[in-house]
Amino acid sequence: MSAMTDSTPLALDVKGVSHRFGDYLALDNVSLAVPQGTFGVLLGLNGAGKSTLFSLVTRLYDNVTGEIRILGDDVRRRPTAALQRLGVVFQSRTLDQDLSLAQNLTYHAALHGIGAIEARRRAAAALERVGLADRAKEKVRHLSGGQARRVEIARALLHRPGLLLLDEPTVGLDVGSRESVIRIVRALVAERGLGVLWATHLMDEIAPDDLVVVLHKGRVLFSGSVPGMLAAAGASSLPAAFRKLTGTEGLEAA
Amino acid sequence: MNVETTRPTAASAVAAARAEPSRLSLGGYLACFRGIVWREVLRFLHQRERFLSALVRPLVWLFIFAAGFRQVLGVSIIPPYESYVLYEVFVTPGLVGMIQLFNAMQSSLSMVYDRETGAMRTLLVSPFPRSFLLLSKLIGGVAVSLLQVYVFLAIAYFWEIEPPLIGYLTVLPALVLSGLMLGSLALFMSSVIKQLENFAGVMNFVIFPMFFASSALYPLWRIKESSPLLYEICRLNPFTHAVELIRFALYGKLDVTSLVIVVGCTVLFLAAAVFAYNPSKGLIARRGGPGGGGG
Repeated sequence: MSAMTDSTPLALDVKGVSHRFGDYLALDNVSLAVPQGTFGVLLGLNGAGKSTLFSLVTRLYDNVTGEIRILGDDVRRRPTAALQRLGVVFQSRTLDQDLSLAQNLTYHAALHGIGAIEARRRAAAALERVGLADRAKEKVRHLSGGQARRVEIARALLHRPGLLLLDEPTVGLDVGSRESVIRIVRALVAERGLGVLWATHLMDEIAPDDLVVVLHKGRVLFSGSVPGMLAAAGASSLPAAFRKLTGTEGLEAA
Repeated sequence: MNVETTRPTAASAVAAARAEPSRLSLGGYLACFRGIVWREVLRFLHQRERFLSALVRPLVWLFIFAAGFRQVLGVSIIPPYESYVLYEVFVTPGLVGMIQLFNAMQSSLSMVYDRETGAMRTLLVSPFPRSFLLLSKLIGGVAVSLLQVYVFLAIAYFWEIEPPLIGYLTVLPALVLSGLMLGSLALFMSSVIKQLENFAGVMNFVIFPMFFASSALYPLWRIKESSPLLYEICRLNPFTHAVELIRFALYGKLDVTSLVIVVGCTVLFLAAAVFAYNPSKGLIARRGGPGGGGG
């Protein structure tokens, strides 16, 4: 229907975005692109500007300069269309502890205008997907951290987004939970062609064919493939390449 | 049967995404509204302590404070009452207002808390217009306060506070309005309060002044006798007018002045709250947003 027939639109397209809080420049002319069916890793230390970027993409506040497009729709000019295609897993826990898994999911579906019957159907399918179908009636309070994360991923998928943002989703999880969360999201990319932007500071979460974006002090220092990053830094490992690119060689690795 | 079991390519995933309605239907709005209100009510029912304290607070006032005060304060015949009334009867609309005041402030605080934990952000990434989301959330809070008020009125009935039966119906729109006014004030406050504050601060600086400097506990003419200044303050207090609106409505009457003031304040506070949560102009944008800036 839309005029964009020249190519399939990028899942996420950020162009020349800067953002300040008072005098502090949190993002400095940031550009990055995540095609559909791509697992993109937004790599940066704490304070790099990852959360600010996520706040702008989720339209918590508007980007003042530059533009952000989700599957071709500008977040500022067509917020409804853009937000309809966006799924988010926030860094902090955002489920209602006292409500059941199913209740949490139907609430979220309602936020996207999905009626109760359809919501229940989708919630069941989504919980199945993250391996928690048998616990739908339990309160979130009784879940482990990893399980709650999986519910949040299921929730983010209910409205069938084309872009999934995850803000440090594995923080505080044990090794097993981390692996299962990563596995679920990677499967979504492979099977559904979802575009994913996964913010992290943990380099062992990066796979060889991922897209890597290095964000440091509000600026994008590198954007491209893993081999490309190694070559650009002239390093043999990702941590070494990251330290070289960011000039944090003298510092302890995160 | 299930489309999701097939393995769509990237292109067909886009097609699927495009197939989702790109405009929000009226049914969608309705589903969203229902979902938000339903969550507020459900959360309230799950927090038993909150329900209990919401009920015990006005009952303590009614059973103990009002009983003690009965001898001290005689209430002459003032509208809407047609005869001498007991102090308990007089104070009941004020206590109803108090229930709504506490409920609004509590939900305001929960919103600050929500903001810190991210539940507010979950709400705000919804594709629906932000003003609609905030208004829905507000109405959810009002629905919760209605539950509290009617349970309180039911108990008060057995304490011989027996307004005409029709009053229970006519008070409903008044309650909705006053709930909206207090709720939107609280909503605005939630955008101003930066950190998760303790309830004591809000009690001291908002709830107590609003409650005591109003016609909730004593008729205004009584206050005028003792302090003309305080009388003026009470008259400027929107809470006074919320209480009077409720008081008249509970007896099947309409106090037009109060109605106008309550409606006016609601519009004002609501506009302020919507402005504060506006992504480009609001206070959140300026300050770095929920959960603090940077990061």
